[in-house]
Amino acid sequence: MKSVRMVTLLVAICLISFLLVKNSPIDPIQAYIGADMLKVGPEQREKIAEYWGLDEPVIVQFFNWGSAVLAGDLGTSMIYRQPVIEVIGERFFNSLALMLSAWLLSGVVGFVMGVVAAMKKGTWIDRIIKWYCFTLASTPTFWMGLLVLMVFAVWLGWFPIGMGVPAGVLAEDVTLMDRIQHLILPVLTLSILGVANVALHTRQKLIDVMASDYVLFARARGEKGFVLFWRHGLRNVALPAITLQFAAFSELFGGAVLAEQVFSYPGLGQATVEAGLRGDVPLLLGLVIFSTIFVFVGNLLADLSYRVLDPRTREVRK
Amino acid sequence: MSILEVENLSVSFKSYTDGFKEINHKVISSLSVALEAGEILAVVGASGSGKSLLAHAILGILPSNASISGSIKYKDEELTAARLATLRGKELALVPQSVNFLDPLMRVGSQVRTAANGGDAVSAQRKVFERYHLGKEVENMYPFQLSGGMARRTLLSTAMVSGAKVIIADEPTPGLDPVVIKEALSNFREFADNGCAVMLITHDIESALQIADKIAVFYAGTTVEIASVKDFVGKGEAIRHPYTKALWRALPQNEFIPIPGSQPHPSSLPSGCLFAPRCEMATPECEQAQPEMRELRDGMVRCIHAT
Ligand SMILES: Nc1ncnc2c1ncn2[C@@H]1O[C@H](COP(=O)(O)OP(=O)(O)OP(=O)(O)O)[C@@H](O)[C@H]1O
Ligand code: SF4
Ligand SMILES: [Mg+2]
Repeated sequence: MKSVRMVTLLVAICLISFLLVKNSPIDPIQAYIGADMLKVGPEQREKIAEYWGLDEPVIVQFFNWGSAVLAGDLGTSMIYRQPVIEVIGERFFNSLALMLSAWLLSGVVGFVMGVVAAMKKGTWIDRIIKWYCFTLASTPTFWMGLLVLMVFAVWLGWFPIGMGVPAGVLAEDVTLMDRIQHLILPVLTLSILGVANVALHTRQKLIDVMASDYVLFARARGEKGFVLFWRHGLRNVALPAITLQFAAFSELFGGAVLAEQVFSYPGLGQATVEAGLRGDVPLLLGLVIFSTIFVFVGNLLADLSYRVLDPRTREVRK
Repeated sequence: MSILEVENLSVSFKSYTDGFKEINHKVISSLSVALEAGEILAVVGASGSGKSLLAHAILGILPSNASISGSIKYKDEELTAARLATLRGKELALVPQSVNFLDPLMRVGSQVRTAANGGDAVSAQRKVFERYHLGKEVENMYPFQLSGGMARRTLLSTAMVSGAKVIIADEPTPGLDPVVIKEALSNFREFADNGCAVMLITHDIESALQIADKIAVFYAGTTVEIASVKDFVGKGEAIRHPYTKALWRALPQNEFIPIPGSQPHPSSLPSGCLFAPRCEMATPECEQAQPEMRELRDGMVRCIHAT
C-alpha cells in the first residue's frame, strides 16, 4: 500500500519537474556549453541537441529518460559531466553528515528545552524558551545562516567561511577535522531553527501528561519531582517527540538546501539549486527522485519507531 | 477517635463563559465526614454527587483550577500539603476509579511494585496478584491489554501492597466477578479489623450494606445523612433523611419506586435545601436556607423536618 503510493508520487513528481524544467526559459544547450556559447555555430548546436535527445518531443524525452531510469541509469549530469549517480553519491555523503548532525542535535536539545519549559511552566525560564521558539520558528533559514556566518566566521573568525573542505588543499590531504570544522556552522544554523518544533511540542505534551490521571495517581502514591518525571513523564513524552523528529525529515531537507547555499556547502541542496538554475535536467530529476525517497524513508522510520517503541502497537502483533 | 476527619469541605472550579466572565462552580459544599479506625465507611450517592472529588481532595490531587476550603485532619492534625507529601502512598492510599489512572506505557507489575513500601516489592506484588486471581503473565502486561476487571484488580493491588492505614477506594467493584468482589470486600474487612480504616465509595447501596459499618449519603456535593448500616432495615423507618429513604425504597427488593426528578447541576443549585425540589416533605421553610448537619438518633442528618 505504502509502496504503491510512493511509486505514484515519484512518477508524478518526476513528470511535473520534467515539464517545469522543459518549459523554463533556460536553454539546456547553453547550460551545457557554459560561457563558450559564442564559439558554437548553429550546426554544432543541433548536434548537441541530437546527442542529448533534445530535438524530440517532450513526452518522448520523458519516456526515454524514464525507461533509462528503470534500467538503473540516471543519465549524465550536463554541468558536472559525470554520471548523475556519482554526483549524488558524493554529495549525499556530505549532506547526510550535515543533516544527521543537525537532526540529532536539534532533537536532543529541543527535547530537553521542552521538558525544562514544561516542568518549570510559568516561570521565567519557560517564558524565555517559549519566546525563543516562537521567534525562531519564523526566522528564514538563509537569514539565520547569514547571521551565523557573520558572527562566527567573519567577526570571530572561529570557523571557515564556507565550502565543505579548505580551499587549495589537495583532496587526499583533507582531514576529518577539516571536514568537521566546515560542518559546524551549517549544523548550528539548522539546529538553532530546528529545536523550536520539538521543544514546543514536547512542552505541550509533557504539560498534558503531567495533568493526566496516571500522573495524578502516581502522585497519590507519593511519587514526586524527578522520580515522577522519570517514571511516567519521560516515556510518555519521548515517544511522540521521536516520531515528530522523524517526520521532520522533509523540513530538514528544505532547510539544508538553503543552509548549503549560504555556506557554499557541497551537498545535495546546493546541487539541486545549481541543477535547477542551469537546466541540468538529468541531475535535477535524479535529485528529485532521491530526495523524495529520502523524505519518504523519514516518514517510514517515524511510523516504524512508533510501532517498535509503543507497546500498544508492539505487543498486539505478538 | 477519628483517624480521618473532613469538616466543612468546599470545592469549586473556576471556569469561563463567553471567554470573559469568570464563574465558580461549587461542586462540593460544607461537606463533613469522619472515618474511624477499625471501620468501613461507605460513601454512596448518585453520579456527579462529588464522591471522587472528595477522594481526590483528601489526597491533594485536585486539578489546579480547583479551589478548596474547610479542613481535613489526619490523626487529629491538619493535613497540610507538606504533611500530605510524606503520608501519600505510605499511610493514605487511593484505589482510583478507572483504568486511565494506570500509566499506559508501563507494565502493570512494575506499577504495583512502585506502590510497595519497603520489603521485597516483587514478592509483595506477586502475592497480591495471586490473591486477586491475576495470572503470572499479567505482571508483564500493559494496561491496554487488561480487561476491565483485571484493571480494577490491579488498581486494588496498588493499595494493598502499600501498607497504608487508610484506604480510599473509589468504586473498586464494578466489572468484577462475584468471587473477586467477595475477596476484595473481605480484604477490606480484614484490613479494618486490623485497626485501619476504609472509605468505600460506591453507588451500589446493597453491596455497601453488606460490609460497611456506616454509610454516608451524598447529594449534590454534600452529605445529607450519616447512618449506621443497622438503620437500613424494613421499610426504612430508622432512616433519617427523605433522600436516603427514597434511595432505600428504590431498591428492587424493597418497593422499587424510582425517585422522580434529578440531582441539580452544580451551576444551578437551589438556594435552600438542595433536595427541596424533589422532596415530598418540603415546606416553604425548607427553601429559606440550606439546613445544617445535625445529630439525630446516633447519626447525622441535614434536614429540618427529620425525626
Ligand atoms: N475538573 C473538573 N472541572 C469542573 N467540574 C468538575 C471537574 N471534575 C469534576 N467536576 C464536577 O464535579 C461534580 C462531581 O464530580 P465527581 O467526579 O466527584 O462525581 P462522582 O460522585 O464521583 O460521580 P461518579 O459516580 O460518576 O464517579 C460533577 O458535577 C462534575 O461535573
Ligand atoms: S429540609 Fe425540607 S426539603 Fe430538605 S430534605 Fe428536609 S424536608 Fe426535604
Ligand atoms: Mg467518581
